[in-house]
Amino acid sequence: MSTQTPFHLAVITAGVTEPSSTRLLADRLTEATVRALGGHGVGEVVVEVVDVRDVAHDVTNNVLTGFASPELQVRLDAIAEADALVVATPVYAASYSGLFKMLVDVLPKDALRDTPVLLGATGGTARHSLAIDHALRPLFAHLGALVAPVAVFAASEDWGSVEAGRLGERVERAGASFAALVSGAPRTARVDPFEQVTPFEAMLTDLRA
Amino acid sequence: MQFGIFTVGDVTTDPTTGRTPTEHERIKATVAIAKKAEEVGLDVFATGEHHNPPFAAPANPPVLLAAVAAQTERLVLSTSTTLITTNDPVRIAQDYAYLQHLSDGRMDLMLGRGNTGPVYPWFGKDIRDGIPLAIENYALLHRLWREDVVDWQGKYRTPLQGFTSTPRPLDGIPPFVWHGSIRSPEIAEQAAYYGDGFFSNHIFWPASHTKQMVSLYRRRFEHYGHGNADQAIVGLGGQVFMRKNSQDAVREFRPYFDNAPVYGHGPSLEEFTRQTPLTVGSPQEVIERTLGFRDYVGDYQRQLWLVDHAGLPLETVLEQLDILGEEVVPVLRREFAALKPAHVPDAPTHAGRVAAAGGAHDTTVYADGDDDVTGASPDPSARTQTTVEVTK
Repeated sequence: MSTQTPFHLAVITAGVTEPSSTRLLADRLTEATVRALGGHGVGEVVVEVVDVRDVAHDVTNNVLTGFASPELQVRLDAIAEADALVVATPVYAASYSGLFKMLVDVLPKDALRDTPVLLGATGGTARHSLAIDHALRPLFAHLGALVAPVAVFAASEDWGSVEAGRLGERVERAGASFAALVSGAPRTARVDPFEQVTPFEAMLTDLRA
Repeated sequence: MQFGIFTVGDVTTDPTTGRTPTEHERIKATVAIAKKAEEVGLDVFATGEHHNPPFAAPANPPVLLAAVAAQTERLVLSTSTTLITTNDPVRIAQDYAYLQHLSDGRMDLMLGRGNTGPVYPWFGKDIRDGIPLAIENYALLHRLWREDVVDWQGKYRTPLQGFTSTPRPLDGIPPFVWHGSIRSPEIAEQAAYYGDGFFSNHIFWPASHTKQMVSLYRRRFEHYGHGNADQAIVGLGGQVFMRKNSQDAVREFRPYFDNAPVYGHGPSLEEFTRQTPLTVGSPQEVIERTLGFRDYVGDYQRQLWLVDHAGLPLETVLEQLDILGEEVVPVLRREFAALKPAHVPDAPTHAGRVAAAGGAHDTTVYADGDDDVTGASPDPSARTQTTVEVTK
């Protein structure tokens, strides 16, 4: 992998409290990933964190009006243009949070196609941990993302006891596995339909096909 | 440059009174608004096409536009938009050519796809075919106005054999067509390919969308050899509410904004005016904002404003038109004209296009054969014999 152009890692975190354990998980997953990427010869990594709470109203407005505010647009661009993505959401009512899903809903079509994604979620007890596999994983599969097999769920108890959940180890393992996946995946350039327009004759020909 | 208004014909409750106009009131108000537009010196009135509540816009815009044509003398009548996807292109060709004759050429039309999913199946279509429908239907419409006898076969309607669309375009000049789209590069490409006009709705969305679409259209207009990029024909929408004092405009418009279809209960008035071309304020603020559009689309030919939506009472709408006619448009005419280089064309008009074609040609197609009561499709070989040169 080229060490010339910086590697862009976007992070979506959907916790709403301050401080938030979801943000904490996102940060730890990000650090572990960046460290592991270094081992794969990736030089400079630019991390762009999107905290959904900062643009919660803008996300709602985007759903209603169909366009993003400038503040939201820079975040959507960062996600769409990232080489890889780390996501972390609290589990509410057996699934990702509504706010998290609304942000995903306003991403441009195909924004995450072929983008490697590392999944993280938090919840009150470990009994919510399957939300990653029954909610997050199908969502990102639908979006055509390259979902990392190893994901991390952090329950409240995991933050209090090193032994109970071995959270640190799990984060490290997820970061290492994600970095391996990322470094093996091609970095795909997005096509700008306003720059590479389909010539009209081709559209007419398609109709006759 | 042309200035005018466009309406979507929404029937919306006035949030300040709780009263909702009847369809009859809304339809009559629309005619009154169009007549007022001419009276205050505006150039264009355009109507939307709708098939469902909460709209009382015509299902076939020429019905309304013919009535307005009969009650006006100068106003150019247009659409915002005519649905190129769900209408039969044969009916568009015929109804709009008829309107062209009735209005003595004071008309053009803007084609759009329509973004309301449920409308498509009412007319046997599927919204997922929106772009191919727009491409195929317009390719046929374009021919129907330019060829007296058309043989045609496509995906979306029954084939045509030896078909003549009547009436033929007035003076042999097909109605001018604008293509409207918010974000689909295919439609900017289509407008450029034919050398038609491109209209950016420009309301409800940020200026960046408009800039992107117009610059693509201009670039491709030049690519297809219709002229330089800055000679392409561009129209823009806009949305304004004005009072002498800016604060009065904001205070009066806010309840309409907060409850409006499309953006109501979403962003604040302040956010929306910052993020889109909506301008709520003094006439001077509208003048400055409108002149600023030129900074990102270049010199353009037509500016239409939305002034009659969201439940605003007729009386208020007529006051807005007075302000546009008296205080805004005269200044904008002067300022835009002073800025426009000589090689940038004016907005296309029927008279201008007749002159550019070397004069008027009546292109009436007469039925041949013995049956001159019901008529028959003319033989293609007889085509040259049915064109009569008229010297004026």
